[in-house]
Amino acid sequence: MRVFLDWLDQRTGYRGIVRSSLYENIPGGARWRYVWGSTLTFTLSVQFITGLFLWMSYSPSSQTAWESVFYIQYQMWGGWLLRGIHHYTASLMTVLLVLHLMQVVIDGAYKAPREINFWFGLGLLQLVLGLSLTGYLLPWDQKGFWATRVATNIAAIVPVVGPAIQKLVVGGADYGHHTLTRFFALHAGALPAAVIALLVWHIILFRRHGITAKVPKRKPDGYFWPDQVLMDSVACLAVMATVLFLILRPWIFGAGGDLGAELGAPADPSETYSAARPEWYFLFLFEFLKYFPGGTEIWGAIVIPSLIMGIIFLMPLLGRWRLGHRFNVGLLFSLLAGVGLLTYLATAQDKRDPAYQAAVAEAEQNAHRVKALAQSPSGIPISGAVTLLRNDPLTQGPKLFAKNCASCHRYDGHDGTGGQPKDEQVASDLHGFASRPWLSGLLDPQRISSKHYFGGTKFKDGKMVKFVNKDVAKYSAEQKEQLKKVIAALSFDAQLRSQHELELRQPEIIKEGKRLLVSEEMRCTECHRFHKDGDDPTGPDLTGYGSREWLIEFISNSAHERFYGERNDRMPAFGTKQMLDRPAISLLADWLRGDWYESKEKAELAKSPKPL
Amino acid sequence: MHENTLPENSVRRGFLKKASAVVLGALAGLIPGLAGLFVFLDPLRRKSHESGSVLVASLNSLPEDGMPRKFSVIASHTDAWTRMPEVPIGAVYLRRTGEKAVQAFNVVCPHAGCFVDFKTDQKSYHCPCHHSAFALDGLIKDSKSPSPRGLDELKVEIRNNSEIWVEFRNFQAGNAAKIPIS
Ligand code: FES
Repeated sequence: MRVFLDWLDQRTGYRGIVRSSLYENIPGGARWRYVWGSTLTFTLSVQFITGLFLWMSYSPSSQTAWESVFYIQYQMWGGWLLRGIHHYTASLMTVLLVLHLMQVVIDGAYKAPREINFWFGLGLLQLVLGLSLTGYLLPWDQKGFWATRVATNIAAIVPVVGPAIQKLVVGGADYGHHTLTRFFALHAGALPAAVIALLVWHIILFRRHGITAKVPKRKPDGYFWPDQVLMDSVACLAVMATVLFLILRPWIFGAGGDLGAELGAPADPSETYSAARPEWYFLFLFEFLKYFPGGTEIWGAIVIPSLIMGIIFLMPLLGRWRLGHRFNVGLLFSLLAGVGLLTYLATAQDKRDPAYQAAVAEAEQNAHRVKALAQSPSGIPISGAVTLLRNDPLTQGPKLFAKNCASCHRYDGHDGTGGQPKDEQVASDLHGFASRPWLSGLLDPQRISSKHYFGGTKFKDGKMVKFVNKDVAKYSAEQKEQLKKVIAALSFDAQLRSQHELELRQPEIIKEGKRLLVSEEMRCTECHRFHKDGDDPTGPDLTGYGSREWLIEFISNSAHERFYGERNDRMPAFGTKQMLDRPAISLLADWLRGDWYESKEKAELAKSPKPL
Repeated sequence: MHENTLPENSVRRGFLKKASAVVLGALAGLIPGLAGLFVFLDPLRRKSHESGSVLVASLNSLPEDGMPRKFSVIASHTDAWTRMPEVPIGAVYLRRTGEKAVQAFNVVCPHAGCFVDFKTDQKSYHCPCHHSAFALDGLIKDSKSPSPRGLDELKVEIRNNSEIWVEFRNFQAGNAAKIPIS
């Protein structure tokens, strides 16, 4: 062994290197305040390691970026932990950078001959912020997508070259594959390489100048190894523990939710996203921009931040004078206070803003939903996960209803999304349309003339209302029983999922109901057609009433002969007039019929991956 | 170095310090490394998705003279996160061995996995990579062939008198035994 080590040392001089790095002199002995640089080097290595492993499973394109991150987070062994570490270490790194900068400025460690090393440090700070900015986009979720749009649009306000810069960064006029490939190349290639180059120089220069001892020295001089190394190790472990705590937070506190980094719904340029905010450490810039009215943004976004960076850059030169040093320390503290204040203002404002809160809630709901769909047996199609939400009745139905139907109709008393439309209700409430309870209400003399059914329409004086008010009102107990069966039979035609099991259990009742429905005593077929019966229909066709096909056709054109014909009230022909396309009408119909994917455990899986 | 000259308890303290410095530092670094390793090893627990029997062709698309024809095998396929309902997952050679009998071979060469051609003039399969040659019945034709075994035959079933259903599988290359890849 000894022989081998001697051999190795002769060829590499490793002993000297190890000795000089371990037994570096520390004037005044090891101190906790010297750990920041080491923790930063540590966090950077953590990012390199976790980043490399993430890289092996990440796929940068607009149809696969979100999908591959989803796969890492929810399907791969320990993927949530890996991604969580990468995400939260990035956050902590920003904090550590600020601490390191503070320590350097307060201790005057930037003074001659260390100016250049200070500048290297500032360069590293910029690079790390660049890594955060580019990394934020890579999961290609709504949050990252919209925040990056803001960031790249800010780049575009630079005079003359701005638009060109933006195009180069985005990889074209639109956001897509090349935005991702470019951001990824920056994030995993160019920026890390620059970080390594600067960091090596940073450390070499640091070794050359030695530590800037904090005076007065409390202890005799010591060596880096083992005292300072022990402190550094403890600090690094504390950083790692904090990261783990942040990842496991929901689990530790027993709150639901994902472990590790958040993943929103996939980026969709056609979906509004009012919850767009940058990562927390950029919030102050975001807030700062609010104070610059149109046309002057360039001051808030570029000029002032650059000037401040410029002054920080000059700190070592100013620090030569006693007063200059005091100025530097004062400036740093006021900047931090300013950043803190702006961050506070931004969060406080969001907390008070109900619109923002609603947007966040909607974003969470969409994220939750798309993960349930992605885990469904039909999985993620080639077109990407974004189409899962676009084709999901549960997601699109309420929005379509609120926009197109809620000015007359209601859904369980609201506009489908839970809000209240400003227009008064003049048409029926369609919650549970064609179900047994809904039909029982329609055929109830007490309720048919209410707003819930025909009360707001011109049919309130029509034949149907008269029939219910005259005939049904006088029904005997036996006839009432028969009516229930008729309702069951009619509702059976809708083939509603919610009644499927009940209907399987009651074939007799349905059969009897069908017979009664077309019988003379019930009088339905005097005005309506039902399958083969009812030759002279004046009211809507009851064949397949409330079924998917029936409903789609009805929404497309309720004035068709099959439905209300000329007697149609104000309902527009959404399909024939091309106010809505066929897929949208189908989504609306599916949603009204309660026909959407629901996982067995109600998407339990998407909620939280279990800790290992 | 000069520890030897230090009093004993200080030496012990020095050792403790060194040991804890190393252990704590390693622990901090181990956590991200292990998380990465887990994700890296994830493929080991993934099984190839079995497609079962697949309808590949109809009997009358095969020539009577027992010459093989190549067909794509279309089945549902999951590529990591992407679920594809109907895509080609491989190809087979089918040939008639009787009125209602068909033989099926995976087109992949058992040597190292190249796509084997059928040479009509020589009435044999020929691998373009390292020149393995297989006879019509799939057995090794030329003893100089580097392939350790003949073409991989697949289970065939004729349903409804004319449908050819093949149980499509891939097998480990380079092995004399025919071991399915799972
Ligand atoms: S792969 Fe066919 S001969 Fe080598």
